[in-house]
Amino acid sequence: MEVKDIKIKAFPAEEFKDNETLQQYIDALKKEGGSVIVGKLDQLIDWGRANSLWPLAFATSCCGIEFMAAASAHYDLSRFGMEVTRNSPRQADVMVVAGTIVNKMAPLLRRVYDQMAEPKYVVAMGACAISGGPFVNSYNVVKGVEQIIPVDIYIPGCPPRPESLFYGLLQLQRKVKVERFFGNKRIKRNYRPETLIHPETGESIDPQIDFDNE
Amino acid sequence: MRDITHIIRQAAEDAQIEERQKLTVTVKPRQLHPVVEALYRNKELPFDYLVSLTGMDWGETLGVIYQFSSSADLTQEVVIMTATADREDPLLYSITDLYETAHLNEREVYALFGIRFINNPDMRRFLLNDQWKGFPFRKDYSHDTGLNPVTVISSEIVDVAPCIRETADGKLIEENNPVFDEEDYIVNIGPQHPSTHGVMHFRTSLDGEIVKKVDVHSGYIHRGIEKLCESMTYPQMLHLTDRLDYLSANINRHALCMCIEKAAEIEVPGRAQYIRTIMDELQRISSHLLAWACQCNDLGATTAFIYGMREREHVLDIFDKTCGGRLIVNQNVVGGIMFDIYPDFRKDVNVFIPYMRKRLKEYDDFFSHNPIALGRMKHIGYLSREDAISYGVTGPAGRASGWSCDVRKYKPYALYDRVEFNEVMRTEGDSYARYQNRLDEIAQSLHIIEQLIDNIPEGEVCAKTKPVIRLPQGQFFQSVETGKGEFGVFVESRGDKTPYRVKFRSPSLSAVSVMPLICRDAFLSDLIGIAGSMDFVIPDIDR
Amino acid sequence: MQLKTMLFYSHPLELTRILEAIDTFLRIHLSPGLATLAEGILVGLLLLATYAMIALALIYIERKVAASFQARLGPNRLGKYGVFQSFADMIKILIKEIIQIKKADKLLFYVAPFFVIVASVLAFGALPFGMNLQAIDFNIGVFYLLAVSSLGVIGILLAGWSSNNKYSMIGAMRSGAQFISYELSAGFSLMTIVVLSGTMQFSEIIEGQRYCWNLFNGHLPAMIAFLIYLISGHAETNRGPFDLPEAESELTAGYHTEYSGLQFGFFYLSEYLNMFIVAAVAATVFLGGWMPLQIKGWEAFNQAMWFIPSWVWFFGKAGLLMFFSLWVRWSFPRLRIDLLLNLEWKYLLPANLVNLLVMVVVVLSGLTLTELFPALFGN
Repeated sequence: MEVKDIKIKAFPAEEFKDNETLQQYIDALKKEGGSVIVGKLDQLIDWGRANSLWPLAFATSCCGIEFMAAASAHYDLSRFGMEVTRNSPRQADVMVVAGTIVNKMAPLLRRVYDQMAEPKYVVAMGACAISGGPFVNSYNVVKGVEQIIPVDIYIPGCPPRPESLFYGLLQLQRKVKVERFFGNKRIKRNYRPETLIHPETGESIDPQIDFDNE
Repeated sequence: MRDITHIIRQAAEDAQIEERQKLTVTVKPRQLHPVVEALYRNKELPFDYLVSLTGMDWGETLGVIYQFSSSADLTQEVVIMTATADREDPLLYSITDLYETAHLNEREVYALFGIRFINNPDMRRFLLNDQWKGFPFRKDYSHDTGLNPVTVISSEIVDVAPCIRETADGKLIEENNPVFDEEDYIVNIGPQHPSTHGVMHFRTSLDGEIVKKVDVHSGYIHRGIEKLCESMTYPQMLHLTDRLDYLSANINRHALCMCIEKAAEIEVPGRAQYIRTIMDELQRISSHLLAWACQCNDLGATTAFIYGMREREHVLDIFDKTCGGRLIVNQNVVGGIMFDIYPDFRKDVNVFIPYMRKRLKEYDDFFSHNPIALGRMKHIGYLSREDAISYGVTGPAGRASGWSCDVRKYKPYALYDRVEFNEVMRTEGDSYARYQNRLDEIAQSLHIIEQLIDNIPEGEVCAKTKPVIRLPQGQFFQSVETGKGEFGVFVESRGDKTPYRVKFRSPSLSAVSVMPLICRDAFLSDLIGIAGSMDFVIPDIDR
Repeated sequence: MQLKTMLFYSHPLELTRILEAIDTFLRIHLSPGLATLAEGILVGLLLLATYAMIALALIYIERKVAASFQARLGPNRLGKYGVFQSFADMIKILIKEIIQIKKADKLLFYVAPFFVIVASVLAFGALPFGMNLQAIDFNIGVFYLLAVSSLGVIGILLAGWSSNNKYSMIGAMRSGAQFISYELSAGFSLMTIVVLSGTMQFSEIIEGQRYCWNLFNGHLPAMIAFLIYLISGHAETNRGPFDLPEAESELTAGYHTEYSGLQFGFFYLSEYLNMFIVAAVAATVFLGGWMPLQIKGWEAFNQAMWFIPSWVWFFGKAGLLMFFSLWVRWSFPRLRIDLLLNLEWKYLLPANLVNLLVMVVVVLSGLTLTELFPALFGN
């Protein structure tokens, strides 16, 4: 499989930037092999998943407003079947972290992520979610949500325009489309949990732990 | 002004009274409450509006700057300062018995500076967790991130409010008061909730569907903008103001620019003034449109939400063409504006004005007279004029309660003294009055733009400024009318290229502090509807 | 069962002949008992398939209709005009993780979605989709429908109760209050029509509306009953402006907040199907069901109408009513619980009781259109 084979309607592969990274992923997955029937089934499942990404807007600030604008009449997120914003994390597929995450919010972000059902994806929207953005020097700002949760897609901008959001979500669709349901082969995601420290004991925290304890 | 000095002298003999940018009074901690009370109870001109309460770290001492004004005449202002030299356990006196808005402000000062207030019934930290080590706004706060690391382990919310009370014989007693009753059914509305307009957290105790008590928690987006500003030069600070109340981004930035310009005595060219005013009004329209849309959405009308967003895009298109920014308009700079308007600006705005008027009518047809909508808004969330003043609720919400508080009328800036417009006022004080006020203000803004758009003079758009802007030593204030209410900027300078302390007066903080009052005994659904009608933006509260 | 009057007209596109062929085929090759069993299974499977298809179609239609009301485009990436959108959603939901909630009541949490979906399948099964297209024609059809459709609320209450979530709990309590209240109105307005047609059997109700729909036959009281049925039916399906149990902006997702994957899918499907059932019942009871438009004496016209198969008429009428339902949903803000209950107990229910009485008087004194103008409307 090549990048060209991942079809996004009305958006040829050449128009996406950074196809090399995606090609590396695909090659890595291809080495694993797999049978034809399973491959076809996988394609069907990926088609369903990629085209039905229901977002959960974890909107904290400005980027949240641009997410709303993207869902409204002018830009219309619903064209990609993504307008079914679920407010309950249990029913959402992709969490759009739109806005600054501060220390007080970090545990809640992680809990909401843990409450989501697999397969779940995370989009870090805006400079703040990617790295802390203009507030990176602050005493209370998390320097990138990848410290807390694994991230699939980064959308730069402060705030990103709805067009950028669409580009990012289409990239996510492409990533979803090369996954393998059978064998649970997923694309590597960015995750740096090494900075997580227990506030009282000072020990590092097991990144796999599930904080959904309700 | 002579009367005021007289009143202050009567209450405190040795108060230092100076005429600075505003009348500034320095008192000892013990004298603070009597002085404030005397001003508050002054018959002719009661100083019943606490504009802002700013914690300060002057190095040797820790203190608070209070900015008072009179609800009857916003041009009358007094600044009172007090300080304590005790840095270990600083104690000052609370003024929560006079001004309701002081509650959250004093709790914020406790979280950021560690100053506790005697007689404040609820001395929990406001923006930060109880476990936070150190007080970040103090000048000696260690920036070691290991002190307060990022964690994913949530801390329990303890519903116990400590308080220090002074008894009649002058002794201080520490008490712990429970916030809720033992048997209360508590629902957390927020911080991740579709209708809290961000990350507000209302701990709500319910009796069936009826709200018994609301406890406001905040700080889920406390980014320490004011602290960040202290390490930035003045032009660098500007982009942070945009991200406070991002719906009034341009107006916030305008406030800070004017504050700096006034202090550094920079003359802004006429063309820039025109463009600033027009852009401010456009921003106000977009802010009110979003507020309208969100309020409708909170009441369950999704289509109305989309309609509001649709019209808002037209304003954003104009911003986009002017300077490339949609939500955040990076246009104002110290001394004027960064980009001149584009050639078709006039045409686009002239097309937009009649279009928007038509849409306002459509909104009225579609939603304003809908019986269900009326049932959800009329006589809901009643806020009296006295409460609006005491909580400092300004903007369309304050004016819906009959309080004339438009900064554009009282302290005109830019071109507001040259244009003709009505201050939209209503006296019902309910959700519907706030709703209608916003729609009417859109019409007024269109009227203002109409008067300016065809008369923009030619000329420079930005005054020449020094490469490094230094403000003279002193304290500088500036307030503007944003979409949410009175937004204030306070800068204390020591003559450096960076400010010593910056404080933003947030209109949303007042709007949210009044929620427990106006939601009491309302239905749970109404809590959401009222929150929509108050129209607050959380990053503006948390800063 | 064959209705004698239909034999006058030819109806080339009806499914009757295919069904008969299948029936004969099975009876030739199998013993009578086995044949009946096979037919039962076939009918069951067919119903389930139709159920799923209608739900998927409705989800797609709602998204498109909502988009057009909101000046948007709606899904348009999968297939022409995005018609395969719901299929993608279905595939995703089928293989999505079902989360086991700690501290929840496991058994009740697990069975709640089944209650909801089974109730709606049972009600769906009894609908007359077209001429001879009815799984079972009870002589108490209306009563049966009312009975099974009210089972669903048990599932909703269980879902809210067992989720160990306060939002779910509030949503379920709202739902209980709302459903029980509006069930009364829906029942009474259907009773009004039962009084008019004198039967509870769907086939006879339809047959009775051959030349004059019940809506017109019972004129004023029937129209009031129709209106009340639409309002209360809309309320029973928990859709805006009566969507308090879900109330996205208040309770995040209401009673199904904690459900994920297929279990949530069940709630989602049944919500849409309930909308269809309400519209279908209204179409059958008030608008003549699958019966084509017939005018007494105009034989050529009647024949022309019969060329359009009866199931098209049925889905057309139901579709029209559903469109109204969507229109209302996407225009109005949400009611508050006290306003909602006020509307039912202070206005709809008293009006309904009076209306039922008026209908009895109308029928007894022979003031229905069929009796007033037997030459024009009489069967």
